[in-house]
Amino acid sequence: MTEVTRRATVAGLGATLGAVAFAKAMEPLRHFTEDLSLDQFLQRHYRELSPEDLERVLRRIEEDTLRERGAHVSVADDRPIPGVQFGYALNLSVCNGCRKCAEACHHENNHDRSTNQSYIRVFEMEQGSLDFEHAATHYDHAVPAPGKYYMPVQCLQCDDAPCVAVCPVEATWKEEDGIVVIDYDWCIGCRYCEAACPYHARRFNWSEPEIEAEEINPDQGYLSNRVRPKGVVEKCHFCLHRTRRGRLPACAEACPTGARVFGNLLDPDSPIRWVLDNKRVFVLKEELGTRPRFFYFFD
Amino acid sequence: MAVDSPELKTLPAEDSHLVTYPRFLWECFKISFDGSPLFYAWMTGLTAIALVGVNAWANQMAEGMVLTNMTDHVSWGLYIANFTFGVGLAAGAVMMVIPAYLYDDRDMHEVVIVGELLAIAAIFVCLAFVIVDMGRPDRLWHMIPGLGRFHWPMSMLTWDVIVLNGYLLINLHITGYMIYSRFVGKPLNRKWYIPFVFVSVVWAISIHTVTAFLYTGLGSRPFWNDAIIAPRFIASAFVTGPAFLIVALHAIRELMRLAIPDGAIDTLTSILRVTVWINLFLLASEVFTQFYTGGTHAASAHYLYLGLDGKSGLVPWIWTAIALNLCAAVLLVLPATRAVRGWVVAACVFTFVGVWIEKGMGMVVPGFVPSTMHELVEYTPSLTEWKLTAGIWAMGIGIFTVSVKIAGHVLTGRSGLGSRRIS
Ligand code: SF4
Ligand code: SF4
Repeated sequence: MTEVTRRATVAGLGATLGAVAFAKAMEPLRHFTEDLSLDQFLQRHYRELSPEDLERVLRRIEEDTLRERGAHVSVADDRPIPGVQFGYALNLSVCNGCRKCAEACHHENNHDRSTNQSYIRVFEMEQGSLDFEHAATHYDHAVPAPGKYYMPVQCLQCDDAPCVAVCPVEATWKEEDGIVVIDYDWCIGCRYCEAACPYHARRFNWSEPEIEAEEINPDQGYLSNRVRPKGVVEKCHFCLHRTRRGRLPACAEACPTGARVFGNLLDPDSPIRWVLDNKRVFVLKEELGTRPRFFYFFD
Repeated sequence: MAVDSPELKTLPAEDSHLVTYPRFLWECFKISFDGSPLFYAWMTGLTAIALVGVNAWANQMAEGMVLTNMTDHVSWGLYIANFTFGVGLAAGAVMMVIPAYLYDDRDMHEVVIVGELLAIAAIFVCLAFVIVDMGRPDRLWHMIPGLGRFHWPMSMLTWDVIVLNGYLLINLHITGYMIYSRFVGKPLNRKWYIPFVFVSVVWAISIHTVTAFLYTGLGSRPFWNDAIIAPRFIASAFVTGPAFLIVALHAIRELMRLAIPDGAIDTLTSILRVTVWINLFLLASEVFTQFYTGGTHAASAHYLYLGLDGKSGLVPWIWTAIALNLCAAVLLVLPATRAVRGWVVAACVFTFVGVWIEKGMGMVVPGFVPSTMHELVEYTPSLTEWKLTAGIWAMGIGIFTVSVKIAGHVLTGRSGLGSRRIS
């Protein structure tokens, strides 16, 4: 063998070995691509879908849920109701920290069971302080505890939402009724919004959510509580699949103390308007200029 | 026409780029796969590490980002830390371009292409880190203007996409044009690269400024929401760029046997001698402001430098970084060490690692600790994250090695059509 052919042989051998090793290294990726259909891959942004396209997408999600999770569900697309602007208020004087709201959210919104996920976190606050530095979410004792009060925090549906501003692909936006939503099929999972939200309202799906078929809430919305894919961000959506049909959010319905007041800000007779007109309300981190739609008050 | 005359048949064809360009690519390919046993060993090692990274990524895609140790509290970690550092490295390469073209430093001019190639390799590294950090890389196309929905100009991330890809293209053009022209034996046309060189200088600053704005624009995180971050990024970029290049130039001279003028290395060392101190000065200003004021605002800095409520995961990291940077700064000014090659190289390695910590983990993680709601959740990278990180850097170093090798071969006339033409 001449020097040149020997070198070529060695190089050829090396290249073949390299290619084989590369294929082997990429092997696990097959699981990912198998789960991803071409339709899913090419799906357009929610706001660009024609009514027919949207219809097809909704039905496909239902089929996928049946095939992959064995659950019969219906996925709807509830649109904002003209003349409705949602707002929420929470009475800190009566909230007793029982976390029934967080639990209701967990079930209503098909959260991952293994992490006991919920869009609501209840902070146990120290009497005399509004500083979260002295607060904890992991309390594990009878409530209400002496010297404490409780502050549930979820997405505040900011009118000037930093999460919406930073998203590089407009996967999250504010709807006409004030709810900030996420297109789970458009989000690229960069988590910039999660870094930008001042209230820790956003969650990332670090893995495929785990949930038994019989526990899945079948009443689902495209922009709300359908089971989320892995690798995307989610957050509270004021239960839009309920509230846009005139029902209360699951958390408000579950609250045993009546601390939660939800409603249409434009309706002068609504309880939320009564609270805003008659109570001294405040919002979290007002100085950041996010203009939340979620108010707190003490009686 | 004398069809059977070989000269007439090949000559016009040789002028056409359609023929010479594929030939050029083929030659590049050959150079990349041909070399000494040391070169083979080096590239095999890098490829092996890169493959470990590829495998880790494939697993991460299949299982999800749970394989990382990131959480909803610390939602960016080692990947974004390395991304941020990599942008600095890419921008720092401009410290060869400025002396070469703005100050007409002849020695630097001869080797400036090494800096431009570093910029290219570093941008590839950055893009790779962004992609592995994404939960859904299959949806990358959602970012392509026209095809997807590019949230420009609102989202700083879209600006970063523009400046990083722009910087990549500019440098690919400059280096590609130079090497290819030399390959075909054509004189360089200044019109075709000088304007791009000047644009690249401004652009280099922009990539790191925009990357800083990604962080400083977030009002919810006081540790980042600080005007000093952008200047600090630039200062540390001008540390890592020269530090890497000094070591690289020595290695190229020793291992690739290419002539590297001492003047170039000396200039880079002079730059580094100043920038390490500027970097330390900016650090000191930041530390003073944080600690003297105190309060909740300084909680992240407390966590980083001293630990907070018994949590002190980053404390050893940051003090290592500060010690390394201080050592380097001293080594570069002490008369006994500053002119000794071994010490200078050591200083370069020290400060390179120092900035990697300080601007990577030391900048990204404290932004999340404590979280926006003042919860203290710590973060240490997982094995998957380390594998991917090693793999991506191995890929970057591989790209850099091969591109320097190609440039060396062609620019010194060892490969090319030019010589044949002249004869
Ligand atoms: S609370 Fe956070 S997630 Fe909700 S709208 Fe405001 S910034 Fe966005
Ligand atoms: S994680 Fe999704 S929603 Fe959040 S900024 Fe990135 S693409 Fe937008």
